[in-house]
Amino acid sequence: MSAKPSRLNRVLMALVFLFLYAPIFVLIVFSFNDSQSRTVWQGFTLRWYVELLQDRAIMSALWTTLLVSLLATAIATVAGTMAAVGFFNMKKRWRGPILTVNNIPMTNADIVTGVSLCLLFVAFFAGWGDFTRWFNSLQGLVHLPTRLHMGFGTLLIAHLTFDIPYVILNVMPKLRQMDKNLIDAAQDLGCTWMQAFWKVVLPEIKPGIVSGALIAFTMSVDDFVISYFTAGSATSTLAMVVYGMTKRRISPKINAISSLLFVTVLTLLIVVNVREARQEKALEERKL
Amino acid sequence: MSKKLIRLVDCCMAFDGELVLDHINLYFNDSEFLTLLGPSGCGKTTTLRIIGGFLTPTSGEVLFDDVRMNDIPPNLRQVNTVFQRYALFPHLNVFENVAFGLRVPRREGGRKIKLPEPEIRQRVLEMLEVVSLKGFEHRRITGLSGGQQQRVAIARALVNRPKVLLLDEPLGALDLRLRKDMQSELKRIQQQLGITFIYVTHDQEEALAMSDTIVVMDQGRIQQIGTPEDVYNEPKNAFVADFIGESNILDGIMHEDYVVEFFNRKFKCLDSGFAPMEPVDVVIRPEDIDIVPVEKGQLRGTVTAVTFKGVHYDTIVDFKGFKWLIQTTDYHPEGETIGIVLNPDDIHIMRKSEYSGMFGDYSSYSEEYEEMDGAEEGSGDEE
Amino acid sequence: MKNRRALFAVPYVGWLALFVVAPIVMVVLYAFSSAAGGFTLENFSRMGAYAVVFARSFKLALAATLICLLIGYPVAYMISRESQRFQRVAMMLIMLPMWMNFLLRTYSWMSILENTGLLNRLFSAIGLFRLINALTGANLEYFPMINTQGAVVLGMVYNYLPFMILPIYSVIEKMDASLLEAARDLGAGSARVFRKVILPLSLPGVLSGVTMVFVPSVSTFAISKLLGGSNELLLGDLIETQFVGTAYNPHLGSAIALVMMVVVVVCMAVMNRFGEGEEQAVML
Repeated sequence: MSAKPSRLNRVLMALVFLFLYAPIFVLIVFSFNDSQSRTVWQGFTLRWYVELLQDRAIMSALWTTLLVSLLATAIATVAGTMAAVGFFNMKKRWRGPILTVNNIPMTNADIVTGVSLCLLFVAFFAGWGDFTRWFNSLQGLVHLPTRLHMGFGTLLIAHLTFDIPYVILNVMPKLRQMDKNLIDAAQDLGCTWMQAFWKVVLPEIKPGIVSGALIAFTMSVDDFVISYFTAGSATSTLAMVVYGMTKRRISPKINAISSLLFVTVLTLLIVVNVREARQEKALEERKL
Repeated sequence: MSKKLIRLVDCCMAFDGELVLDHINLYFNDSEFLTLLGPSGCGKTTTLRIIGGFLTPTSGEVLFDDVRMNDIPPNLRQVNTVFQRYALFPHLNVFENVAFGLRVPRREGGRKIKLPEPEIRQRVLEMLEVVSLKGFEHRRITGLSGGQQQRVAIARALVNRPKVLLLDEPLGALDLRLRKDMQSELKRIQQQLGITFIYVTHDQEEALAMSDTIVVMDQGRIQQIGTPEDVYNEPKNAFVADFIGESNILDGIMHEDYVVEFFNRKFKCLDSGFAPMEPVDVVIRPEDIDIVPVEKGQLRGTVTAVTFKGVHYDTIVDFKGFKWLIQTTDYHPEGETIGIVLNPDDIHIMRKSEYSGMFGDYSSYSEEYEEMDGAEEGSGDEE
Repeated sequence: MKNRRALFAVPYVGWLALFVVAPIVMVVLYAFSSAAGGFTLENFSRMGAYAVVFARSFKLALAATLICLLIGYPVAYMISRESQRFQRVAMMLIMLPMWMNFLLRTYSWMSILENTGLLNRLFSAIGLFRLINALTGANLEYFPMINTQGAVVLGMVYNYLPFMILPIYSVIEKMDASLLEAARDLGAGSARVFRKVILPLSLPGVLSGVTMVFVPSVSTFAISKLLGGSNELLLGDLIETQFVGTAYNPHLGSAIALVMMVVVVVCMAVMNRFGEGEEQAVML
């Protein structure tokens, strides 16, 4: 698709991007504001950044957010790729219904996913309590903890539940597009199935795995609703801290952390893009 | 020289209860060029995949040097395959594609053995030279033409020094000219290396041009095994006669040895061994028929269509409602009445089979028909 | 041989059963039971009181979806007509805000829309209120923007617009250029090509975009809390308060969630049916 884009189109597009970025710009500007106010400019300062680094709650929430996102992305990428390979080899009449179930976390409203997982965890903990009390009363050798709480573990499970389907969604098409004979060819040349997978299948579906991982990470970082219902009272993500603050007063420290996040992501994206562009250029030159 | 390298004994294959191979018995000799020939869905690719180890026969045995191989996976078999549409690894360059099999660590006596890099390099370059791709080592697969990809696929399979090379319609994706070149190229490589080629195709010309032995298959059964001359000159049944070359096939009755009757007339032929008055199929190749002036002919008919084919004319002649195809270098216009003469060695007698009456009448002959058939067969085989 | 590789999916199928199917079963169980245990339909009969909230949620979500479509479609289309490089950068720019959590972005709108917020300050600085007051004799000091339904819709549009643009863009971008050339070759003008070829072919992207905007919009609770104040309670808020809020009643909350889920699923099914019909019509 290419035709000459008119000037009007460009202006409209610019307006949309302005709409998308204006709030972020405001956020960043007021992170340097020498006042509690988030609307009146009172001079430049870096004190919110300093205070941010000393704020235990925000820093630990940031840590939790990054950790759960990275961990969930890593596990989901491996598990999702494995599951996609399994689905790909599955008979159609099984694959259809299972893929429908797999789509539920992506299409269901976040709040439904959140509360339903919350109900499950609570019910499981209750059952666990009953079981361990009975088990502990039976013998004195092993003492199992009777009270479990929602926390990082449940948060991670929740994130995995909505991340894995995105990985599968991105890997499956790559498997389908792949020439089926490639695996046969690798085996024919002496590979076991596993060797064929590492040497041939993986390089072929890599773009799908990478984009799946990227989307999973995006979803994890962007999530608030599901985390909110599954993290329990002791664990907080960044978004939960912000949400908690809205009831009182939001500190400009939040502006500071947002700005830091934004700049980090922007830098990452630019680096990746420049590198990709360079690689492509090198490739084209080699072709010539 | 002739050693039975691979044997298929009573092999049957069923997919979801549908019989695709029906008691196949077949052996492959050392250093022969054998072609499995048949229409799509005849079971030829299935047979090849069983030999390659990608399928396990439902029943029967696969023997390599008299050792049962049914459950041995493809990576442990001394055969290599050239796949339909090549299946080259797109993320590797030409050199790495060919080197792929050499780089796989092999277990020998519990130890992993890796080939030393200089040896890999030498063998790959050697093989690229055999397939005339010297200097292409660093090219990307996606930048190669169909013919070049084909050569890479052959080199990749041969570099492992297999005893048998399996080729699954390897020339199907090439244009006509390139296909002809590759045919002689393949034959040359096979003779140079002296290994067995098992070649699958639906193209009878290809089969006739390259093979030492042709196995004609249809509906999961072997119809005939023989040299190209055998299957062309002495087809076993109407299917083989029709599938290989053009044939006029008509009903006849064998009166006694060397005498056959058709069109209410007795002809001399060279066949014997039939029961007296046994109904048979009579095959007459279009190029064997001589057109003579009406008064000298054994039979007379009217020309109903003529098509110029370059070397000859395809002339359709109506004999009492049965239309024959005759190939001659002389032009006979539509509507002309002509006579024909059949010599005894032009007449081939076949026993009646399930295929009798299905082929060999050119009443509905049209060129488009034939071409459509060919196109259909080009696109994928069974599965 | 093939089936053995299918075993790779077994652990995940177990996961699905445990963490996708079982939780939904829990919701259903809770919805049909009371705090004392035992089957009841009371949770559903009590829902009548919240009809207003249902109506408001669907109304606002529909408005947000429509606006997203009206902005998102042209943007996706325009981007697809730019150079490859521009397209890649544009897609990155659209994805980028999502990497900052959506609550942070919504929070920023608070400072823009407040009564003493940036927009009102801007209006007052350019003398807009003085002008209006002089003309109408009113005594206007600011436009009330925050804590209105409009602000909530704005928040939804802002947050979910990328979900509309991305799927539409990816469908248009993949469209076979020769199709458009064929349409032109057959004498169709630009407008006609768009209406008769591009639009119907991009419908799958539109459908998934609509789903991806509508579902989070109809169920949101944070956006309404931040930008809608306490006046504009939505379904999401209602559910939230049943689980973590003051009105703790997970049975009622489950029932509301269940009804919402069913309504959404029915809407999507109807829409997809309609979409498939369209596609077939195009084929004919």
